[in-house]
Amino acid sequence: MNSFIKTGEPQVFVCGTALALILVMTLTLAGVVLKNGLGYFWPRQLVQFEMKDGSRLLGEVRATERNQLTGAGQIQIKISNRDLYGQDFKWVSESDVASRSVPEEAILLERMEHGNFAGFLKKVEGEGVEYLRTGSAVKDLALAVEAVREKMKEVAAVRKKMISLNYKIEKRRREIQKLKFRDISANSAAISALEAEKEKLESEFNRINEESGRMEGEARRFYGLFADASGTEKEIALADIIRIQTPNSMSAPEKIGAYFERTRELLLDDPRESNTEGGLFPAIFGTIMMVLLMSCFSLPFGVIAAIYLREYAKEGIVTRMVGIAVNNLAGVPSIVYGIFGLGFFVYGIGGSIDRLFFPERLPTPTFGTGGILWSSLTLALLTVPVVIVATEESLASIPRGIREGSLALGATKFQTLIRLLLPMATPGIMTGMILSMARAAGEVAPLMIVGVVKLAPALPFDGNFPFFHMDRKFMHLGFHIFDVGFQSPNVEAAKPMVYITTLLLLAIVAASGSMAIYLRNRMRKKYTTSHF
Amino acid sequence: MPQTVKTDPKPILSVSGLNLFYSEKQALKDINLVMRRNQVTAFIGPSGCGKSTLLRCFNRMNDLIDSVRIDGSINFEGEEINTPSTDVITLRRRIGMVFQHSNPFPKSIYENIVYGLRIAGVKDKSTLDETVERSLRSAAIWDEVKDRLHESALGLSGGQAQRICIARAIAVNPEIILMDEPCSALDPISTFKIEELIEELKLEYTIIIVTHNMQQAARVSDVTGFFYMGELIEAGETRKIFTNPEKAQTEDYITGRFG
Ligand SMILES: Nc1ncnc2c1ncn2[C@@H]1O[C@H](COP(=O)(O)OP(=O)(O)OP(=O)(O)O)[C@@H](O)[C@H]1O
Ligand SMILES: [Mg+2]
Repeated sequence: MNSFIKTGEPQVFVCGTALALILVMTLTLAGVVLKNGLGYFWPRQLVQFEMKDGSRLLGEVRATERNQLTGAGQIQIKISNRDLYGQDFKWVSESDVASRSVPEEAILLERMEHGNFAGFLKKVEGEGVEYLRTGSAVKDLALAVEAVREKMKEVAAVRKKMISLNYKIEKRRREIQKLKFRDISANSAAISALEAEKEKLESEFNRINEESGRMEGEARRFYGLFADASGTEKEIALADIIRIQTPNSMSAPEKIGAYFERTRELLLDDPRESNTEGGLFPAIFGTIMMVLLMSCFSLPFGVIAAIYLREYAKEGIVTRMVGIAVNNLAGVPSIVYGIFGLGFFVYGIGGSIDRLFFPERLPTPTFGTGGILWSSLTLALLTVPVVIVATEESLASIPRGIREGSLALGATKFQTLIRLLLPMATPGIMTGMILSMARAAGEVAPLMIVGVVKLAPALPFDGNFPFFHMDRKFMHLGFHIFDVGFQSPNVEAAKPMVYITTLLLLAIVAASGSMAIYLRNRMRKKYTTSHF
Repeated sequence: MPQTVKTDPKPILSVSGLNLFYSEKQALKDINLVMRRNQVTAFIGPSGCGKSTLLRCFNRMNDLIDSVRIDGSINFEGEEINTPSTDVITLRRRIGMVFQHSNPFPKSIYENIVYGLRIAGVKDKSTLDETVERSLRSAAIWDEVKDRLHESALGLSGGQAQRICIARAIAVNPEIILMDEPCSALDPISTFKIEELIEELKLEYTIIIVTHNMQQAARVSDVTGFFYMGELIEAGETRKIFTNPEKAQTEDYITGRFG
């Protein structure tokens, strides 16, 4: 036995097992997320259940399992039609089902509100006249919805003008506020000029508002008449219909098309229905922008600090203590950083900025409240130790001969640093950056108190000067997972969204990671010594 | 070896009363030595006797080590260079160095050669090009690398890399070239090439070389200094040191009886 241990085989076995365990856990996690996330957009059959008591249900089968008490089989059906039934999901006992069928003409609507509608189409009407074009009711519906959507696009375009007008009005209002705050009497001429401008803008705003309301009202006069499985009729305005599917008669290419259409919506559109439906664009954008902004702070600061520590600071007790402190900073719970960020950045610096530059707006805070800038700074603080450690280590690993060779040619320390050491340390610095970006992208706790919101009214970047609005609150995928998964009123319906958001967050981290690793390897090839 | 007896060329570097301490440990004891222009001076002696330490005093590379304390004087062309006020940047440009392990920078061959000029602020393309060709020719490696000037210097063999390092040192036109065991990591052919090179370089530069190879010292140097335990035991014309040394210690070392 003893001699067997001495061969080293058991140790290898233990190491191998540990690695295998880690791999299994990681792959299971990735597998679960992938399966649930990727499958959600695939159109599923609408099954009609005839129950023994004579009632009917139409919906997607979501799960089948045994009841834990009785052992009887039960089926979870997504019955949709929240507005009719008050809930989206229903469990039925297998023994209560008399028969099942898959009606060809069953239709599934994605709507602006109240979740999906599953049922059958009766007719399409506009202003009391039935809309008949192609002979196929579903095609008529699709055509009509398309026509209405065109109109709604016009409405949206007009509304966009309203947003920009609103921004202008707000700007005037603040100007006026500022002038009044300074000295009303001295600025009375300017104020009244601004007031006049503002009024003009406001009347323009009202006019457009009315017009868009009228346009929308016109579009809303078209509606479809539908019935659910048990025959209850329901009128749905075409303007509220986002997507029409007849999953039971769709061909494979049509399903693939629908799948990609949903994916596109996910990536590029805004969320609906308290985030449980629609897209994730603002959250994706917010996450990426926050992480990039964070890198803008943590990368230079971390690298400069590491350079000082490694290249300039004299070896000694103080330097060593600083080194240890930096290493330990990486282990401080992130919520602590959040609280610090709130106290120092938001209330401290943000509050001071407000008092100095925007006193007229007080007590409404501008920078003195959570926002993307403060979030990025807080996370930069959280991730800067990672960058420092990585940079220090890669500087330390540069052979002494390189430094001496450069200095012996009459280079200063700084020239050596810029021309040789930094480029050679770049792969290591990149590694640190990858780690810090991954950490920042996944961090939620500190963000919740320094600027992330469930639903941001506007992106932190838009066409209005100065384009980047650092004071704005933003959305974040990590927080989205928490919010949709645990805070939403309709948890069951939100479940797929949680998986998809998780998948997306993982994908973003993985993509940025692989990109950085690719760059790093390219650079590493350039800088590795290959002779001898 | 041709018997060109020197009418004692002008001294370029003279050391007097030099003591060097690493913290408490004395590594050089009262060194007095004169090196002359266009001569090759070789330092020999057993490992750890302080040859490299002395060499690194000449271009002040010991400044990089915090624990070093030096007293005594080193005079370079009538200027004291062992003072805090010495401009080390200029000094290092005038006294170049080639290290034991070739240390090409992870850049192209071309950029390696012009590194010294670039940091000195030379931008003119034609000057740079000229320097590259001149130094590579002087380092006898032009023909081997002229078609791959813009490839990475890391792809070169050890011997080629060492000659690139010599070319890099020459490129800034130094007056003295310090070589610390430049051939210790090289095969006999590369070593032979570098020895030939030293022979030629000596026409333009003053060379101080540390070596463990007695034949090499005998072949390339005009003057040899023998060090033992931080002391300069004996220095003199190479021919004399190798054929008729004054000190028994020297003779023992050269004949391989110790060390
Ligand atoms: N950075 C240092 N700190 C402390 N002691 C050192 C340092 N560098 C060298 N020494 C010591 O100084 C003495 C002389 O070292 P040096 O490197 O000059 O020897 P050397 O003659 O070049 O040896 P070798 O032929 O092996 O290169 C040695 O005893 C060595 O241990
Ligand atoms: Mg040495």
